[in-house]
Formats: sequence, structure tokens, C-alpha cells
Amino acid sequence: MRMFKADLHIHTCLSPCAELEMSPRNIVQRACERGLDIIAICDHNSGENAPYTSRSAENTDLTVTYGMEITSMEEVHILALFENKQTMLSMQSLVYEHLQGVNIDDLYGDQVVVNEHDEIMGFNQRLLIGATGLTVERIVHEIHELGGIAIAAHIDRESFSILSQLGFVPEGLNLDAFEISAPERLEEYGDDYQPLVSFSDAHTLEGIGSSYTKFYMEAANLTEMGKALHGEQGRGVFI
Amino acid sequence: MSIELTKIIEELDLDVQAGAEALHHEVTGVYVSDMLSDVIAHSGAGHIWITLQIHMNIIAVARLKEITGIIIVNGREIGDDVREKADEEKIPVMGTDMNTYQLAGKLYAMGVGSADEDV
Repeated sequence: MRMFKADLHIHTCLSPCAELEMSPRNIVQRACERGLDIIAICDHNSGENAPYTSRSAENTDLTVTYGMEITSMEEVHILALFENKQTMLSMQSLVYEHLQGVNIDDLYGDQVVVNEHDEIMGFNQRLLIGATGLTVERIVHEIHELGGIAIAAHIDRESFSILSQLGFVPEGLNLDAFEISAPERLEEYGDDYQPLVSFSDAHTLEGIGSSYTKFYMEAANLTEMGKALHGEQGRGVFI
Repeated sequence: MSIELTKIIEELDLDVQAGAEALHHEVTGVYVSDMLSDVIAHSGAGHIWITLQIHMNIIAVARLKEITGIIIVNGREIGDDVREKADEEKIPVMGTDMNTYQLAGKLYAMGVGSADEDV
């Protein structure tokens, strides 16, 4: 087993709030420069740029995980990580089915689908910044049904966090981890929320790897990451 | 001004969805917020809480803060699990088709929880 440096919360230019420079190719290049072993693409309510980012990383040592940052009806952000494109797309279909509205690009920003060669494949017209009609419980359940990992995003922030929106973590909600944006707040949250992870939530190239979590495990795949989060057989995660 | 919850229900034609056993308590003020962390921080005992959140956690927050009743706006309805919990905890949950602004305006006009009240 060894340590893997993972930044599992990165936005691409598909997120209206992210910079256009966040193309799959640029993200992979910067992640490699920063010495990351694993990244996850987590755009708001969509995974359309994740497969292109995975392709961009084909001839590198970087592992790209298919993810999404899903907004629940309570306006809680949940990171959803999947083993492969098929399971991510199943979740994306469910999210799209429960997401209403059309993006206003001059207000929120463009939602650009870009391939591994930096070519624009299209613009997503959905209101990705909006909230789905899915409860946090349903989202976590569906992620697990698809074999994925569910992480409560940025619980140390005052907006879109499970703590800000719901006051406390609902009883029986089976989250795999809790993300803090500021790793220096580890002690503040570490006693109550386990396992705790920290990722960059990068919206710019500069942000990539600014915060990451070390996973001690056998290999860079989702099954191993799940085991590391649950501390199975000597595995673990470290901020 | 303090007023019995039943008077408010009657006056505003609210739909009692749960906690029907506990409608005779006094209402001393009103708090409006959809962020439960904010309600925990700023609401007070005896308040009516206006929100569109229908998550189970609203019942626990209401109990914690000794809230007299929750009014859910925009015609939203709580699920069966939340209803059962509210009944168990004796927390009245009422529904209305009004939005937050309309409902708050009516409560204000009735004199419930006047603006200069120190919460």
C-alpha cells in the first residue's frame, strides 16, 4: 500500500461559476504538475466533462474519477463519485429528470462542454446552478445503489452545506465522508465528523491541488477509495 | 403580542398537517428562515417558524428551540415520516398556499411578534 494524493472536488468550465480555462486538458496538465495522483471532476449537477477529462489523462499517471456535485432540494451540496462512466451517467439522468430551468449565461456564466483536445462540443442549457427536486436522503441512497461514494461538500462553509441548510447531519444518513474546504479547520470538525477530507473545490487552474487528502490504499480506484474512507484493512485517509 | 396558535390557524385558514394535539400553545413571535442553522441561532421559544423546508430535521430544530409551530409555505406538504415525528414530538406543522412574504405580512398585520420585540 502507499499514499495517493487526491483532489476529488474540481470544477470544469461546464460549471457556470468556473473559468473557461478549466478545460479537461488544462486540468489534467495542472493536476500532474501539482503531483496529484487522483482527481475527481465534480461539476454542478452534471458529469458531461468528466469522460473527456478521463481521456485527457490517458497517457499520464493521473487517475480521473467521474463525479458530480449534486444540489439537493434542501440546497445541500453532495459530492457523488462513481467507478465508471455508465454509473455516473445513470446518476446524471436522474439528476436531469429532477432539475428544472434554463441557464442564463450572461448572468451565471457559460456551461461549456469541452473535449480532450480543447474543442468545444457544445453548451449545456440546463440551469446547472439550480437545486434538484431530490432530497439528500434520496441522493445518497441512489449514489450507493450505483456503487458510488457520497460526501457532504464543504461542511465548513455558510452556504450549500449540510450543516448550514439542515442544522446538523440527519440521523441515519449514510455519508461516506465530510469535506472541509479549509484543511486548517481539521481540529474544529474532526471530533464530530468522520472521516474528514479536504479538497480544493477548484474553479480556476490555480486552485487545483490547493487542498487535497492523502489516501493510504492499494490502488487508485473507487473501491479502494471507499475502503480507505472507511478505514478498512489498514487503509485510511489523512488531511 | 401573545396569541393562541388556534386563533392564527383559524384566521389564516391554515391546513394542520401534524401535531394537532398541541395547538393551544401561545405564540410569542415569528421567525422566518430556510436555513436551519440560522433558525437554531436566531429563533426563540414560543415562535412560529415560517419555512419551505420539509426535511425531517425541521422537527428536531423546532423541538430544540421550543418553537410553538411550523408553517410550511407555497403549498408544500411534509412526508409521512415527518408527520409521524411531528405527532410524536407534539410539534404542530401547518401548511398554506401563501408564500413567505404574504404569510409574514398577515401575521405582522395581526400583531403577532411586533417588530420592536427583542428576540
